[in-house]
Amino acid sequence: MHNLILKAKELLENKIVSVIIGFETGSSGKVRPVFITDSNKADSLIFDERCIQNLAVYLTKKEVKQFGKMGIVATLPIMRSIMVLISEQQLSPENVVVLGISGDGEVLDFADITVMQHYIEKCELGNPAKEQDMLATLNRLNMQEKFEFWQKEFSKCIKCYACRQSCPMCYCTRCAVECNQPQWIPVQSNNLGNMEWHILRAMHLAGRCISCGECGRACPVGIPCHLLTMHLVDQAQSYFGVYAGISDKMSSVLSTYAPNDKESFII
Amino acid sequence: MAKLYAKLSEDRKIYAPVEASDKKVNYQYNPDFKDVTFDHLQSTLSVKNVVFPKVENLFYFTNSKTESSVTDIDLDKIPEVVLWGAHPCDTAAYDVLRSIFCWDIKDEFFAKRLEKLTVVGLACSTSDAYCFCTSVGISPDAVKGSDILLLKLENGDYKVSIITEKGKAILEQSPDLFESYNNEAEIVATVKQRFDYKQVTEHLKDSFENPFWVNNSLRCVGCGACAYVCPTCACFDIQDEAQGSYGRRYRSWDSCGFGLFTLHTSGHNPREVQSQRWRQRVMHKFSYMPERNESLGCVGCGRCSRACPVDMNIAEQLEVLQSI
Amino acid sequence: MSEFEPKVVAFVCNWCTYAGADLTGTSRIKYASNVKIIRFPCTGRIDFMLLLKSFANGADGIIVSGCHPNDCHYTSGNFHAKRRWIMFKELMDFMGIDMNRITFSWVSAAEGARWAEVVNSTVTRVRELGPYVSYKQMVNTSIEEEVTHA
Repeated sequence: MHNLILKAKELLENKIVSVIIGFETGSSGKVRPVFITDSNKADSLIFDERCIQNLAVYLTKKEVKQFGKMGIVATLPIMRSIMVLISEQQLSPENVVVLGISGDGEVLDFADITVMQHYIEKCELGNPAKEQDMLATLNRLNMQEKFEFWQKEFSKCIKCYACRQSCPMCYCTRCAVECNQPQWIPVQSNNLGNMEWHILRAMHLAGRCISCGECGRACPVGIPCHLLTMHLVDQAQSYFGVYAGISDKMSSVLSTYAPNDKESFII
Repeated sequence: MAKLYAKLSEDRKIYAPVEASDKKVNYQYNPDFKDVTFDHLQSTLSVKNVVFPKVENLFYFTNSKTESSVTDIDLDKIPEVVLWGAHPCDTAAYDVLRSIFCWDIKDEFFAKRLEKLTVVGLACSTSDAYCFCTSVGISPDAVKGSDILLLKLENGDYKVSIITEKGKAILEQSPDLFESYNNEAEIVATVKQRFDYKQVTEHLKDSFENPFWVNNSLRCVGCGACAYVCPTCACFDIQDEAQGSYGRRYRSWDSCGFGLFTLHTSGHNPREVQSQRWRQRVMHKFSYMPERNESLGCVGCGRCSRACPVDMNIAEQLEVLQSI
Repeated sequence: MSEFEPKVVAFVCNWCTYAGADLTGTSRIKYASNVKIIRFPCTGRIDFMLLLKSFANGADGIIVSGCHPNDCHYTSGNFHAKRRWIMFKELMDFMGIDMNRITFSWVSAAEGARWAEVVNSTVTRVRELGPYVSYKQMVNTSIEEEVTHA
């Protein structure tokens, strides 16, 4: 933590960045994002096991971008989100300085994006262990049971779109769900519309999700919607052999193809 | 208690809190009495949906080649509902909603649902750091909005206060279920007062341009969770939905936190960035509503702060604001 | 109504399958009349939401068909589509939606007889599966839900 604060102060004092996006102590034992523009205030920065929010969501936010060059405290999922944002031209590498945090909480020094890429390549990239277990449990159910499981979950959905808003990859200023000519998805929250919304969200994140699980954590009613995108993370890996967010130059799985892609269901 | 519950659910729907396997509490229609919780701190969603459902059909329409016809909703089909075990913050919220829906023109859907509603309130025996009802003029054992109020006693019984005519009717319907109160000690939660709402309202009058709004909402991601779990948020969207020649117009919950909420057809958006939307949310509840509806737009349930994925804590922010 | 007749919607590309279906007709090959064909410029244009909307509007089965790999009029539309369908199918399977109700196929402009086969086999299969009750129920409850908040 001490190193993190020193590094943040250094970046702010030398005017390398105008803002540091990190974590501070929040209310009732929570932590929350903080935006530090004054090096004297950098002492409030913290990092511990509670700091799991994906801060990359702020890199595309208008009011944060206004500050200028951004420094960001980044765990592996955040680093990978940054890679996706750069590869999709939502973020310029010149506009961000990554204060990397390793799995055991050490501050990592990334001179540039290439160095960060080398770091990411050495990391474990699949879904977190807890989610792998849940995915395996769900995959063992039969079709009817799966349908019922998800119907029950979706019936809780209130369409607050916290899943979308908390996701760094959902940066569109106009979401498909807001399109009303045609109205793809009903505005109201109902069983059919809720399911369609979650299918749409998962499909638009197919091959782009970096398994941070933020959507599931943000959901106020506790729908495990992160399992949908994480399931597709597994599928993208098994069919096409890639994980998202490992390079700043890659195309996402669905925006590219290989002539020898294998499947067994198209007749 | 079980007998009262059974009696009430004889001829009415009963809407009561149930704890799910993930520990989240939510209200359900006609749950078994054994599943109903009495010790819940707070349900995830508020109970405003009893009078302001997340989707309310307004009318149906049929189009033919030459003409359209409209069928009204039969308001008499709205069932009698007993809301069971709602905490004082939630019951007080009905007054706030009434001040919005019956402000100038009486909203007949809302009014009908409220008319058919009987509220069995439950005073709070627990509270947490997010509760701030005492800061907005409500207390954990407030009777506002309840027809009868249950209050937990140390011996496990409940003290019953009859508040309204509807409440009296319940007592008269089954007097044998009640016995006289023998001064057993009450269990009432304590909630610390965190700010003075009158002072906050005063403060807000000239805080519109305060940098406070931008500084404290940079982390807001702009989801609608706070508005959707709020017992007093009443904004809605109106939509037509048709399949072929048959369709309906409905209204559904909306949130001022969404960017599209204020987007004009021209492309201009008067509330362009999230800080303006956050300011609107706070201002509306604590400044505009006291001014125009003569009621505060917040009941201090703390749901928004519990639900927020980025810890936007409204009570904390108002505390800070008051001291600026 | 005596026997259940499934409604099947076919999303086909303009260059191969649509022309193939045309050939089926000009070759006087009979095939099930349950299918409603919707022509698209390319399989790459067939959004997964269209499939969901078909089910929501009463389809019991769906056919998606286009040019064989390497034959796409736009070079790579069907390759992109293929990746999308792989992801879509896996997601649907995970959510418990019956993928036996959807046929994905490649049918060229020369394969009139094959088109008839694809349609007939799909219709037979969907007829055996019966009406898509669970999906239809979801649609109906969605329409009636909350009217009296039942």
